[in-house]
Amino acid sequence: MIRFENVHKSFGPKRVLRGMDLHVPKGTSMVIIGGSGTGKSVALKCVLGLITPDSGRITVDGRDAGTGDRDAFLARFGMLFQGGALFDSLPVWQNVAFRLLRGALKKPQAEAREIAIDKLRRVGLTADVADLFPAELSGGMQKRVGLARAICAEPEIIFFDEPTTGLDPIMAGVINELIREIVTEMGATAMTITHDMSSVRAIADNVAMLHDGVIKWTGPVGQMDASGDPYLDQFIHGRATGPIEAVR
Amino acid sequence: MSVLLSPLGALGRLTLDILAAMGRVAIFAAQTLTHLVRPPFYPREFLNALLQIGWLSLPVVGLTAIFTGGALALQIYAGGARFNAEAVVPQIVAIGMVRELGPVLVGLMIAARVTSSIAAEVATMKVTEQIDALVTLSTHPMKYLTVPRVLAALITVPILVGVGDIIGIFGGYLVATQNLGFNAAAYLQNTVDFLEMRDIVSSLIKGCVFGGIAAVMGCYYGMNSGRGAQGVGRATKGSVEAAAVLILAANFLLTGVFFSV
Repeated sequence: MIRFENVHKSFGPKRVLRGMDLHVPKGTSMVIIGGSGTGKSVALKCVLGLITPDSGRITVDGRDAGTGDRDAFLARFGMLFQGGALFDSLPVWQNVAFRLLRGALKKPQAEAREIAIDKLRRVGLTADVADLFPAELSGGMQKRVGLARAICAEPEIIFFDEPTTGLDPIMAGVINELIREIVTEMGATAMTITHDMSSVRAIADNVAMLHDGVIKWTGPVGQMDASGDPYLDQFIHGRATGPIEAVR
Repeated sequence: MSVLLSPLGALGRLTLDILAAMGRVAIFAAQTLTHLVRPPFYPREFLNALLQIGWLSLPVVGLTAIFTGGALALQIYAGGARFNAEAVVPQIVAIGMVRELGPVLVGLMIAARVTSSIAAEVATMKVTEQIDALVTLSTHPMKYLTVPRVLAALITVPILVGVGDIIGIFGGYLVATQNLGFNAAAYLQNTVDFLEMRDIVSSLIKGCVFGGIAAVMGCYYGMNSGRGAQGVGRATKGSVEAAAVLILAANFLLTGVFFSV
């Protein structure tokens, strides 16, 4: 469904993606792992057109990601941002129902609110948070609201950018379970980027290890521990020594 | 030779950087103008911008204008007394407020209050990925964030200038009639008789231009902010400096256009 072919992206002298190749089949959950600054977020943003690759090709269902009706293309996606990226000036329910209050998917306000509250319940929040503002919520609640916003318009493809960063282990576990449940019940295609190995094991069908701007290993999550790939082994065991240079 | 060329090279790079920055701002402003007339429109964001830029700026504009009008009356009276021209206070307060001080001071107060606020808000949205989130939610950031603010500024700042002109003249009237012994009816009559339609129209057009500059610079610097708190701080500072300088430069040009003999 989503395919990266020899994708390159540099920021000034810094070469972030150096020929990334990856295929994410429809209806599967791909988790991209890798150290900080290896280009994981850049790869996601390239698919969405938030960043334009210098060269290479990204296709969704065989069609170039950067071409055609952009609104229709983006309507297929939902995204949970690392920091939530909730709109401070809007109450929670309007954040969740943002897409349903304007544009092609616009619905009457009462109906949009009802859907938003339903999605908030789906991520374990009660209706009484609907009228709060994001600044009044804890980090975990903000992640849940971000998740509710990502799934509100029932997208075919969902991206999760560091979904458990900044959360305590219990809340991280709850978010991981929610993501897995939601992706499965919606039948969506998911791409997640994370450093958190418990997230990888909870969310992934397939795993890809990104290092130095290229995919070093990819395969089913069940084969990850016996991959024999030195980069992946060092990363999943958190070893300071190995082919990945650790700056002390 | 290289000692001579080095400063020239630096000057050339600086000139190119300035020209490139001007070009980027001009393209941003032109894009904003093209989006002003193309749907989708966001009426709720526009109404909120009207409230924030127009209504909530009234107290600071009113206070600035009334004190300036009062001080202007005192200065003209004191200065005019040197050559027995104290009687020109109403005329000079009116022309000074309407042609220059009203639009310029309102423009600068808007730059301080509104440009900084827009730049800080938009820059914070940028560094917290809210602008990326807008894009993923099929919403054009320029249409959602820039267009409502620029349109609201184009409409409300001329009104604020008009209000500022009136309050400034009233400040001069208060000082003149309460402290300087002017007759109230004569003061008002002189003010009305002296002002021309051209003065008022130029004042409102200046307000419109200054409002556009203030909002565009706030949005431009916010959208192009660097990372982190430092990036937000720099964007805010840069936006106010650029808006203030551009407002004063535009005032000079517009005054030349309207009043050059």
